[in-house]
Amino acid sequence: MTEPTTTAAPAALTRKDFVAADPKWCPGCGDYSILAQTQKVMPDFGVPKENIVFISGIGCSGRFPYYMNTYGFHSIHGRAPTIATGLKLARPELMVWVITGDGDALSIGGNHILHAMRKNVDIKVVMFNNRIYGLTKGQASPTSELGQKTKSTPIGSIDYPIHPLMIALAAEASFVARTVDTHIDHIQRVMEQAGFHRGSTFVEVLQNCNIFNDGAHRAFTDREVRDDRMLLLEHGKPMVFGKNRDMGLRLNGLRPEIVRIGEAGITEADLLVHDETSEDPTIHNMLARIYWPELPVPIGVIRSVQRPTHDELVAAQIREAVTRQGKGELADLLGGSDTWTVR
Amino acid sequence: MTTTKGHEVAVQELDRVTIRFAGDSGDGMQLTGTQFTRTAAVFGNDISTLPDYPAEIRAPAGSLGGVSGFQISFSSGEIHTPGDAPDVLVAMNPAALAANAREVVPGGAIIVNSDAFTPANLAKAGYAANPLTDGSLSACSVFEIPISTLNAGALEGLDMTAKQMDLTKNFFALGVMFWLYERSMEPTLAWIEEKFGRRPVVAEANRRALQAGYAFGETTEIFHTRYVVPAAHLAPGTYRNLTGNEGTALGFVVAARLADRPLVYASYPITPASDILHQLSTYKHHGVKTFQAEDEIAAIGAALGASYGGALGATGTSGPGMALKAEMLGLAVMVELPLVVVNVQRGGPSTGLPTKTEQADLLQAVFGRNGEAPVAVVAPASPAECFAMAIEAWRIALKYMTPVVYLTDAFLANGTEPWRVPDLASLPDLRVPDRDPAAAFYPYQRDETTLARPWVVPGTPGHEHRIGGLEKLDVLGTVSYDADNHHRMTLLRAEKIARIAADIPPLEVFGPSEGDLLVLGWGSTYGAIRSAVERFQARGRRVAHAHLRHLHPFPPNTGDVLRSYGTVLVPEINLGQLRTIVRSEFLVDAVGFNLVRGKPFAIGEIEAKAEQLLGDL
Repeated sequence: MTEPTTTAAPAALTRKDFVAADPKWCPGCGDYSILAQTQKVMPDFGVPKENIVFISGIGCSGRFPYYMNTYGFHSIHGRAPTIATGLKLARPELMVWVITGDGDALSIGGNHILHAMRKNVDIKVVMFNNRIYGLTKGQASPTSELGQKTKSTPIGSIDYPIHPLMIALAAEASFVARTVDTHIDHIQRVMEQAGFHRGSTFVEVLQNCNIFNDGAHRAFTDREVRDDRMLLLEHGKPMVFGKNRDMGLRLNGLRPEIVRIGEAGITEADLLVHDETSEDPTIHNMLARIYWPELPVPIGVIRSVQRPTHDELVAAQIREAVTRQGKGELADLLGGSDTWTVR
Repeated sequence: MTTTKGHEVAVQELDRVTIRFAGDSGDGMQLTGTQFTRTAAVFGNDISTLPDYPAEIRAPAGSLGGVSGFQISFSSGEIHTPGDAPDVLVAMNPAALAANAREVVPGGAIIVNSDAFTPANLAKAGYAANPLTDGSLSACSVFEIPISTLNAGALEGLDMTAKQMDLTKNFFALGVMFWLYERSMEPTLAWIEEKFGRRPVVAEANRRALQAGYAFGETTEIFHTRYVVPAAHLAPGTYRNLTGNEGTALGFVVAARLADRPLVYASYPITPASDILHQLSTYKHHGVKTFQAEDEIAAIGAALGASYGGALGATGTSGPGMALKAEMLGLAVMVELPLVVVNVQRGGPSTGLPTKTEQADLLQAVFGRNGEAPVAVVAPASPAECFAMAIEAWRIALKYMTPVVYLTDAFLANGTEPWRVPDLASLPDLRVPDRDPAAAFYPYQRDETTLARPWVVPGTPGHEHRIGGLEKLDVLGTVSYDADNHHRMTLLRAEKIARIAADIPPLEVFGPSEGDLLVLGWGSTYGAIRSAVERFQARGRRVAHAHLRHLHPFPPNTGDVLRSYGTVLVPEINLGQLRTIVRSEFLVDAVGFNLVRGKPFAIGEIEAKAEQLLGDL
């Protein structure tokens, strides 16, 4: 096999180098923004575009690879992580992204997400969460709200929704983050951090489906309220939020609570300080669980830890076996130790 | 030929002997059988074996459900099956006797561990009276040996509990059999040293048990005859004993080397396919990458992902797992990537008979997907043939850019026979020719002969493109919902698979090229059919045997062969799946012979069915 190789990153790729076919999502869909920001940050990684692969499952998010001028594989419902895992096993040098949705990743493909994350497969899973099945025209998804009226739940959903980031943390993803489709700078920042992380990466993008679940996240993402209702996490910084930066998150015993800075003698020193690199996931779990309207919705990188990736461990075992046993020769393999000769 | 040796023991030469070892699933019967097999193989006999073990790892001791058996047939002539019925049964307890005694040939021998014939064990086996004393075994010679007691005596003084000592009684029985068939203990003694060398007490216990059994044979007065089965006249070469699963694993490693690409084998644990994963996971120093996936779907997904990246992506499973892989197999058809899916068939439907053999997944392999989703299907006929057919599966997958379903079954997977180690230079070159990097690239531009699309993998500069499960425009490979294009692509996918027929060996006929009866088979029924047909031919009957290794597409002469005989008989361990296909494809009024019992056909059964058909002519 002639190994396709590229020695150096080509000079100055731009956003346009990553634009392929014209997207065919509904006008006004949040996916356009995610696509545009992804294309924008791609040149920053310095990876030749032939070494980048986007793999998707089924749903509106599944069309994403067709619009990226990289290698792309639009697979079947929920199974993109499996194909990505196999590709990464065969070709560790590739940068592999998985684009998925709340139904694709957490319903039909739930098992695959768990195991790709726990094995620390070096893939970047970006899950578009619009809390609805869009491409099948509006059924309840695993993140739809209790009581939500959809085509399949005309008098309200009776199913308790999943917290996607808690799933990612429970599965030991080494990078867990959340961002919002309309928050352009923030998507770029999170996608960039995701792209540079080595290991299993899970990014939830809160995305609006203006056709079947319009305004799903509006209560806390609208421009007028978002500063007061979302907590922008920054590593090493106290958890301050609010238009006037006068609110913060503090632990009261084991429970998080909102406090006003400056009231009752409270200062930033009383607040939780975000440590995305903490091996102990306790605070990360809390951040993944809290949500509006009880508490602000955390966005940004919740967890980012370093551990050997699946492909590194596979390669290490092969190296060790070769060191211990010598490079395998076919003649020895076929002959084995239990042969006899007939003359 | 009978000669007298010593005072009382005569030596008799036999052409072929079939022995069945049977005991509790914890009694080590598989190991005992394997050791006898290795010894017979190294001696130079032709051999064929059939392990038969229960689905439960350790069913209650002494129960019928927990009986594990291992049958070996060894011969001085060429043999194709592990024998219809045992000449000798070694039964370690009443349940093993109850489960197997009926099958011993009249006049055969039964050796029992008489220590195990307690009232409690007899009751567990369902015996109202002791079969050793009630005359019910009078058709056979019964040899009662207090194996447990004698073995414990031989191990006296070793630092072991009585229970641990009793675990070695299978080697006492093996020692007795080695004496009875004049076999050397050396291969097994060497094995004990290799296996237990680091645990000296265990090694010593097994050595003593084996030697005590052999010595018992020498000193006891219950045996009056020893038996010799001379070496067979196998073609010159280096041989080893191979199970079908081992052959498949080795074939995959060699195929990857012949293709000059890495092998990625992804699998989920399932009986009886798991041994392929186990074996390949020990080949890391050959660069083999194995992946134990979270489920059957992930396994085939990872294999397809590896193929997408330019490796040889393979997965293996058994019936229920195959059902789960169907959707991904359809995707592989759509994206036209090479992929080999092993299905080690077992009794179905559903969980069925997980450890028993069956051939009932043929229609699933050929047709079992949504849409028009043709794949190539191949099936080896014997354990040793698994090696060559694994390479053949890869030859087709790589040349035609297609998934290939490779069908074995529990009998092939676990059965063994001698395999002649091939000369590496005789194996096909599987390298995919490099594309001219300057030539224009279109994802679905096809090779004129094979109709294969180009295998351009991620990392190739300038050829970034998208593939997927949605229908693609002919040549260009962009998404297309065009009606005529879908029809054209459907025909192209079918035609690509159909063209493989011109690239495979013709269906060979064993026997007269025309005649009264053709017995047509596929897969593991080969041995029984061939042996039955040999018997007819020896009697001058116009009976032939043809065995399909390529099930989709068929060899191009298949129809001509079928039409050259008065009657076509198709024995299958299903309700007539190959028969259904050949009847529809060739309009031949083939007759089925179908027994679905979780075990291979006996030679005599096929012979009787063929005799009945010939009588009706």
